[in-house]
Amino acid sequence: MRPSARTLTLSAVSVIAVLILSAILWVIFAGSVDHLQTTFNPKSDNAIKIHDLYKLVWILAGIVMAAVLAITLAFSLIFRERPGGKAASHIHGNPKLEVMWTLIPVIIGVLIVIPSIKVIAETTGDAPDGAIEIVATGHQWWFEFEYPDEGLVTANELHIPVGRTVNIELRSVDVIHSFWVPQLAGKVDMVPGHNNKLWFTPDTPGEYYGQCAEFCGTSHANMRFRVVVDTEADYAKWVMAQTADAQPAVSNLAQAGEGIATTLCAACHAIRGTGAVGIIGPDLTHVGSRKLIASGIIDNDTEGLTEWLTNPPEVKPGSKMPNLNLNSEQIEQIVAYLQGLQ
Amino acid sequence: MATAAGTLPMEYKEASIWTWLTTVDHKKIGVLYGISGFIFLLIGGLEALTIRTQLAVPNGTVIDADRFNQFFTMHALTMIFMAVMPMGASFFNYFIPLMIGARDVAFPRLNALSYWVFLSGALLLTSSFAFGGAPGGGWFGYAPLTSSEYHVSSGMDFYTVGLAILGTSSLMASLNFAVTIINMRAPGMTMMRLPVFMWMTIVVNFLLILSLPVITVALIELYFDRNFGTTFFSPSVGGDPILWQHLFWIFGHPEVYVLILPSMGIVSEVLPVFSRKPLFGYSAVVFAGVAIAVLGFAVWSHHMFTTGLDTVPQMVFSASTMAIGVPTGIKIFNWLSTMYGGQIRFTVAMYFSVAFIALFTIGGISGVMHASPPVDAQQQDTYFIVAHLHYVLFGGAIMGIFSGIYYWFPKMTGRFLDEGVGKVNFWLLFIGTNLTFFPMHFLGLSGMPRRIYTYDSGFGWDTWNLIATIGSYTLALGFLVFIFNFFKSMRQEPTAGNNPWGGSTLEWATTSPPPEHDFDVIPEVRDRDPLWYDRDHNIAPPEVPEHLHIHLPPPSYFPLVLAMGLSLVGVGALAHLAIVGLGVAVVVYAIWGWALEPTD
Repeated sequence: MRPSARTLTLSAVSVIAVLILSAILWVIFAGSVDHLQTTFNPKSDNAIKIHDLYKLVWILAGIVMAAVLAITLAFSLIFRERPGGKAASHIHGNPKLEVMWTLIPVIIGVLIVIPSIKVIAETTGDAPDGAIEIVATGHQWWFEFEYPDEGLVTANELHIPVGRTVNIELRSVDVIHSFWVPQLAGKVDMVPGHNNKLWFTPDTPGEYYGQCAEFCGTSHANMRFRVVVDTEADYAKWVMAQTADAQPAVSNLAQAGEGIATTLCAACHAIRGTGAVGIIGPDLTHVGSRKLIASGIIDNDTEGLTEWLTNPPEVKPGSKMPNLNLNSEQIEQIVAYLQGLQ
Repeated sequence: MATAAGTLPMEYKEASIWTWLTTVDHKKIGVLYGISGFIFLLIGGLEALTIRTQLAVPNGTVIDADRFNQFFTMHALTMIFMAVMPMGASFFNYFIPLMIGARDVAFPRLNALSYWVFLSGALLLTSSFAFGGAPGGGWFGYAPLTSSEYHVSSGMDFYTVGLAILGTSSLMASLNFAVTIINMRAPGMTMMRLPVFMWMTIVVNFLLILSLPVITVALIELYFDRNFGTTFFSPSVGGDPILWQHLFWIFGHPEVYVLILPSMGIVSEVLPVFSRKPLFGYSAVVFAGVAIAVLGFAVWSHHMFTTGLDTVPQMVFSASTMAIGVPTGIKIFNWLSTMYGGQIRFTVAMYFSVAFIALFTIGGISGVMHASPPVDAQQQDTYFIVAHLHYVLFGGAIMGIFSGIYYWFPKMTGRFLDEGVGKVNFWLLFIGTNLTFFPMHFLGLSGMPRRIYTYDSGFGWDTWNLIATIGSYTLALGFLVFIFNFFKSMRQEPTAGNNPWGGSTLEWATTSPPPEHDFDVIPEVRDRDPLWYDRDHNIAPPEVPEHLHIHLPPPSYFPLVLAMGLSLVGVGALAHLAIVGLGVAVVVYAIWGWALEPTD
């Protein structure tokens, strides 16, 4: 039986409507490429492998969604009751047809599973030899980065050289966190008692945004970090600077700040080369060289440091660093000292 | 001795409070479940609105971080355990006996007990807001964030005790329903003549029977960790937080199907009736439902792809998860084929069912996407997952429930819900769903993590968050319109008659609302669509004998007393162990009285 003109028109209308909708969605999806934490703009070998699979999955998903929506819409329009219409046909089923369409999801599943298994095999497991070893530790609510071979410790800002594989061991000292820099790698959780591994080779210098992705308590939202992918030369310079002991304070203001920092702050913070050897908070030896403080939520400038030192829990609710009730003179001194710790 | 003479249908508003407290009638209990579930749906909705208001713009200041964490935790717990599950249970209660041609469930007093235990568990858990703060560790309660060290407030204790009580209620109800469907079907109703909704009910109840014990063990272990110094999940002394995740998701994944399968069943009833043709591929739909349930126990680790799961389990759980797409796909094709060639009458119930197909499909597809572990590594714990799960649970479960409400309201009350207002109701919910949840896909892909109480401008998240918030208010408006429709319709004359939609299943053979004893004469079933078969073969309904003497179980207050005893045990577990003793005493008294109570 030939479909009637009405049926053809309504089908065409449905298909066109769904295609327009899909096109709009596609434009929006594509627009997210420039966002700071986009999952659509990979910048490492493993992120690219994930992204290639991602693209395939997106295309398949888009086709299935468009098809089902178009059919639903078309059937709703075509088989809507109208006066004088044919009586509903009394079909109970059609085994041949049913077996056939059982195969559709099977085929789609296989099309996704096979490349998935390939990507899992290629991107998980042991890192290739010669990787730079890094230990990333999750704390409530900041990230600590240790380079055991270089003997340096920093926080919230991970520097790595372009083109070299990094092998990051993921630890946690308290609850479960998750290490995620979308443009460089998929997320892997930091589970206390389980030392998970994550490795990748960045291919483009730049600054990449990351954030804790596993709910970890009060300030989960404020647990951010950045990965700076340097050129080989910049990275070597950075390592050299970071492995040095803290620079002594020069100005009077900073010296007064050093006095406070190495006593009051020393219970929790370490500043190599001084008496401060605390291990609860971030290592401050080269804090002045970082772009951000407070786990990447405020700028590391005079204003930001002052805001932080005035009342840490207000900036980062639940922060382990209490309000120390410093007066503005003390804060000014400490800020001067910290900014000198390049 | 309670006998009901087949006279006037019981009008609920004429029943006294005492009747409601002691009722063992499955229809009244169904109504209680439905109303309670709907009220908790509104509470969960208010929690969601608060969350969305906080996130409408960057650096929101509506609520603080800790409150926010409590709100998203309670939003999930409320919606899952106190709204969607009881609304499912409401339909089960009301319609199991009516659809299989029975006079009540197998254990009417146990049925009442299930409801009262549910209510006490729900009230206990919600009351945590007033006693030092609600649980704030997420509904998934990942250790060790839930330990007494990292979650100091007693909220997590309310979580363990409240969920254990709610689980007890579900377990009793599940056994009751499963026994009823298997044993009390009308003559001629073979298993393969059961309405699909009844099949999905059986499947849901077996899922609960098999999965609830697992979460109960985990909850008790967590309670012990927090209160008695055990270390099941504590990594610093040899416990393992990943153990909690396994236990939780072995329950948690089947739980997802517990939420969606009732709506799949409802849609499978509504689509054929308004397409005016039988369900396409009945056996395929039934077996697909069973297959979803069986596979549902083999996929839990796909919630844990990013926990450092080894290579091989990643592959295995990816494949098993993908396999669930097959029976799900079968169902979608069968629903669409049911519409094919029909004479579709677009009532509000039908609108919701068709919307279910479209929206559930979107949620299903995004589910298949993160069945691939590498893809999941970019989507897990982002707003993409929030979008996915809400397309399944709101676009799926809630749309199905609304379809069921509009479809069965005439049966339950004798009155139609207003179709005009209903369409406004539908479009607000349909547009609201897409406006709220579709932008969350974009947010997830731009790297916005879940469960963050604040975010900075500059990440490309501002616009979509604002749109999602506007969508959530659209949803709220939709619910208000529904409430208006409910009260408006209840004021109208009962004009529905026995079978206003031309339905094919047994509940449409009796009066609307049904008499206390459901059927004057238990109908005989000759086909999968019994009423259509009788209509097409000119078989008259059975004659009603002049004097009906139908035995019905008498009302009992022991279920209520027993539930109060159990909630005292719960309160004691949170407050003082002496109260536990008191609670146990009440429980023993109630069981004693229950056992000796005359039942005829």
